[in-house]
Amino acid sequence: MDEQAELQEFQARIARGEKIEPGDWMPEEYRKQLIRMISQHAHSEIVGMLPEGAWITRAPTLRRKIVLLAKVQDEGGHGQYLYHAAETLGATREEMIDALLAGKAKYSSVFNYPSLTWADMGMIGWLVDGAAIMNQTMLAHCSYGPYSRAMVRICTEETFHKKQGMEQVIKYARGTPQQKAMVQDALNRWWAPSLMMFGPHDSDSPNSAQLIAWGVKTKTNDELRQEFINKMVPDLQLLGLKIPDPNLHYDETSGNWITSEIDWDEFWRVVKGDGPCNRERLAARRQAHENGAWVREALNAYAEKYEQ
Amino acid sequence: MPNDSLAQKILTLADDSFILGHRNSEWAGHAPILEEDIAFANLALDELGHAHLWYELYQELTGVEPDRVVFFRDANEWRNTQFVELPKGDWAFSMTRQYLFDLYENVLLEKLVNSTNERVRGIATKIRAEEIYHLRHTSNWVKRLGLGTDESHARMQNALNELWASALQLFVPLENETELIDANIFPDLKTLRDEWQDKTVSHLSASGLIVPRVLEPRAISRAQHTEHLAELLNDMSSVARLEKFGVEW
Ligand SMILES: [Fe+2]
Ligand SMILES: [Fe+2]
Ligand SMILES: [Fe+2]
Repeated sequence: MDEQAELQEFQARIARGEKIEPGDWMPEEYRKQLIRMISQHAHSEIVGMLPEGAWITRAPTLRRKIVLLAKVQDEGGHGQYLYHAAETLGATREEMIDALLAGKAKYSSVFNYPSLTWADMGMIGWLVDGAAIMNQTMLAHCSYGPYSRAMVRICTEETFHKKQGMEQVIKYARGTPQQKAMVQDALNRWWAPSLMMFGPHDSDSPNSAQLIAWGVKTKTNDELRQEFINKMVPDLQLLGLKIPDPNLHYDETSGNWITSEIDWDEFWRVVKGDGPCNRERLAARRQAHENGAWVREALNAYAEKYEQ
Repeated sequence: MPNDSLAQKILTLADDSFILGHRNSEWAGHAPILEEDIAFANLALDELGHAHLWYELYQELTGVEPDRVVFFRDANEWRNTQFVELPKGDWAFSMTRQYLFDLYENVLLEKLVNSTNERVRGIATKIRAEEIYHLRHTSNWVKRLGLGTDESHARMQNALNELWASALQLFVPLENETELIDANIFPDLKTLRDEWQDKTVSHLSASGLIVPRVLEPRAISRAQHTEHLAELLNDMSSVARLEKFGVEW
């Protein structure tokens, strides 16, 4: 088959809803875009271990400690499945991690915001994992088999994280004055970053149309963001929490909750590496990597000497 | 009365597992390879889970709730060994400590599954399956790091030199422990120590490591702690103590 026929067959398979598998023919650009998306996603899971990991030692009950440690561990597992999924497209884990540590690869900007109080553990679980679920539920239908299957598996665990987060936010919103103040403060800080998680406006998202045509994405950034807002606003308000947006209002005609314009200057600043914690997060990853260098060398040396 | 000495004994088991799990949880997100971010967190989770089971039994014996015991006690009331409270150190230190502890748990649990106390027997049976897996995992690491490179070998030998005398504290009996031994609730730590020592020495030498010639534990009383425990507890209870005990989190 010539290239044109291959491409037609590829598009037809996607139109029929078939999954593309690792050995199958695919356009070079499809492969590249998927490696970019999947590795960014993997990095997000890995960097995402840090803001919550920092609170494991301070969890206020034995049960919360176990649940939080298990959550952070799950995120590591998600990183692992996703690196595997990207490897099926020919990327190596080493390359991907080197790109992350060199500051060349992106990861979800939301993890460049600091977690300042314990209530952030609830808010991150509900908002950040909740927003991630919306995106991942869509990606579970993605045309690339390994990515789609990784998403199905990951979504089950994320749903649990979201539930744990919600449970905490509810408890603190109905808790002592101090807990209430803490959880409101957490909402004030995490609301905008969680809306930014869906990415730039569709008009500023150059890859979107192609990714939709390839069946990688089935919804646009703005569509997903609006769904998220419509779901979260009533739930948060019901708890007596105040959403930090003076212009928030309900639009009868569309049935949508309308928010203020997102601060896109801040968005791009954080994406480009200048957020409140970008340096700290990368430094933590680099340090873990450097401190572990002798361990990885020892594993290789042992394998060479004794496992041949 | 044996119930009181049993409660004291159970508290030592709970505190050791808890503090070690807490220490090891500090690796989450910072381990040398992603696989260990997952596996080592798993061991920490198990240790915290085991501690929880022992704290529940402690509650049955004394009426004190686990979260009160964990978050509202000061350092001098804790009954863990100094061995588990030392800072996590490098990967060699944490791994060696976890290995020495897992082996201690394995020899102990092998006996506790036949305890005459039904609750002790039940918990031990539950925990033992996981501990067999722990020991397999950590023994494997000790061997690979002990025989890996010159650097990994040196780090492991250092860790072992640092840890050995502290580990021996695990085998120091409590004041009224003979009551428990006589009632076949708990095994004699003297025999356990011999078994532990034989097994560690044989695996450590096979891993190219030399066991220090130290016979005396670094500390005797479980009421005595290093400054690291107070530091750990300060950080650990900082959120819980924002409210009085009983407020839900
Ligand atoms: Fe995740
Ligand atoms: Fe999650
Ligand atoms: Fe263990």
